[in-house]
Amino acid sequence: MTAPLVEIRDVSKRFAKRLDVAGKIAQKLGAGAREEVVHAVDEVNLEVNEGEVLGLVGESGCGKSTLGRVVAGIHAPTSGQLLFQGNDVASMSGTDRRAATLAIQMIFQDPFASLNPRMRVEDIIGEAPRVHGIVSRSEASDYVDDIMRKVGLDPSLKRRYAHQFSGGQRQRIGIARALAVKPKFLVCDEAIAALDVSIQAQVINLFMDLREEFGLTYLFISHDLSVVEHIADRVAIMYLGRIVESASTEEIFSAPRHPYTKALLAEAPRLDQRKRDFAPIEGEIPSPLNPPDGCFFNPRCPHAQDLCRADQPKLETIGPGHTVACHYWQDT
Amino acid sequence: MTDTALPSSAPAAAKVETPFQRFRAEFFESRIAATAFVVLVIIVLLAILAPWITPQNPYDLAQVDVLDGRLPPGSEAFAGYTMWLGSDGAGRDLYSAILYGLRISISVGLASGVIALIIGMTVGLIAAYAGGRTEAIIMRVVDLQLSFPASLVALMLVAALGKGVDKIILALVVAQWAYYARTVRATALVERGKEYVEAAQCLGLSRSRVVFRHILPNCLAPLIVVGTVQTAHAVSLEATLSFLGVGLPQTEPSLGVLIANGFEYMLSGRYWISVFPGIALLLTVASINLVGDQLRDVLNPRLKK
Repeated sequence: MTAPLVEIRDVSKRFAKRLDVAGKIAQKLGAGAREEVVHAVDEVNLEVNEGEVLGLVGESGCGKSTLGRVVAGIHAPTSGQLLFQGNDVASMSGTDRRAATLAIQMIFQDPFASLNPRMRVEDIIGEAPRVHGIVSRSEASDYVDDIMRKVGLDPSLKRRYAHQFSGGQRQRIGIARALAVKPKFLVCDEAIAALDVSIQAQVINLFMDLREEFGLTYLFISHDLSVVEHIADRVAIMYLGRIVESASTEEIFSAPRHPYTKALLAEAPRLDQRKRDFAPIEGEIPSPLNPPDGCFFNPRCPHAQDLCRADQPKLETIGPGHTVACHYWQDT
Repeated sequence: MTDTALPSSAPAAAKVETPFQRFRAEFFESRIAATAFVVLVIIVLLAILAPWITPQNPYDLAQVDVLDGRLPPGSEAFAGYTMWLGSDGAGRDLYSAILYGLRISISVGLASGVIALIIGMTVGLIAAYAGGRTEAIIMRVVDLQLSFPASLVALMLVAALGKGVDKIILALVVAQWAYYARTVRATALVERGKEYVEAAQCLGLSRSRVVFRHILPNCLAPLIVVGTVQTAHAVSLEATLSFLGVGLPQTEPSLGVLIANGFEYMLSGRYWISVFPGIALLLTVASINLVGDQLRDVLNPRLKK
């Protein structure tokens, strides 16, 4: 079996708010000031095989964007490894590392903030390939035209600035920018959440077309279950920095095991259940500054028992490609 | 995929306004700012053209006649021309002296402004991008610097360094770089958190490229505004120092020196020696400030209607 295209092993990302001098003095004097540490991502393992679309689903604030940024190489993980084609990216030498960086690209959520407002479209798309010598200076213009056509943009508009385009067009520019460095893997961080529904469909179709044309692999981060069901091969559900369940898309949607997954699926609006009332999951997502003991989901879980409040469940494999982190997955 | 996404339907393809055209239109919306801009252009032109449009070179002692001293406006000089603004105690034609003084004041203000801008901008960008201890050290130095009044810092430096154009420029740079550093750092911090910077990192672009090609161009708007206002400050600070007698030497009179020269004659009714250079200084500083204010309004998207 070949190594997965991208794999993360025991990756954690913690954000610490360090104490300043005043805080340290306050701490010495006995005031309750202490360093606050957020475990945005907590010992997550994921594999994404070549050609696959992995959907990563979770509520706001569960750490899915942070995880995406670790995979894309924007944040360095606090601990754990990012492996590209079986090799640890952190221990790679200069050229290999650059190749791995370029092979993993990211599509951002906000099509307004993710494009430099002072650059023309041709520079936004063409800068990185020129700097990295993917195309020569003389070919750069044709290369940009070519990529713009592939993402459905008119190359005659390349002298314009990003603010002269609509949201959907801007998202296409962001996709073109990523494609220009010939990536193998795209991290799409809520890449369609900021777009109108009609445009969302177009952009999703574009992703799927590009997947076939370039043999791309995707990590598709979203909170929209219907979109994920549509495009993902496998789905991982994330809750408060941890993966709680992962399985193939059919299995997650037909036979979810984790109570959180079940609750999420039950509340997803569906055409065949238009008339029913929705009962949102009780309570708020706990603060990652101060997570509950035991299973992180226990304060909101209808099945929580004493064991859940005391002991953190580990991910266990319960079927081919199906893992779940729940003590009572058989009972629920 | 439908074709609606193809930007053949791009917004207003017919009349594409360049950013500069829009900027120009918005700038001249305010009549005060437009007047200030015109006044400033005239002042700068007068200063540049001074050697060709004045009857006397006040630096050339051979052309200055002490017997022409303290003549009221409109008197005729010994050399034959009319002194429309009168003359000062040393016999310098005030009209000529003011234009030459403007040359010095404006070039000192501009030179110190540009140098301070470059230094402050670089330091501020480094602080914002490096973060951590580097940032803490730089910003504490900036705080320390800004806790002293600029005029006091400049005064101490000039007192220590001595007179001369180069020394006064150095003093003004030291007194003012911190304003630029603080402004750039604040804007760069905001820009650094935006997704286009993350995208640039993701594309494997080098640090210096991200800082100078991506972040810096987006910090320019506030820099231009602070630059204009600080240049006006530099002009008036230089005048202050010269007025106090620690700035430029008597032989190269800037506006501040001219005002100081006339000060002792004020009570004897020879108002023109101080008042006319004073008006020139006021017009210069006020017009730069008004242009700066309008730049701030136009370049700040939050104030846009």
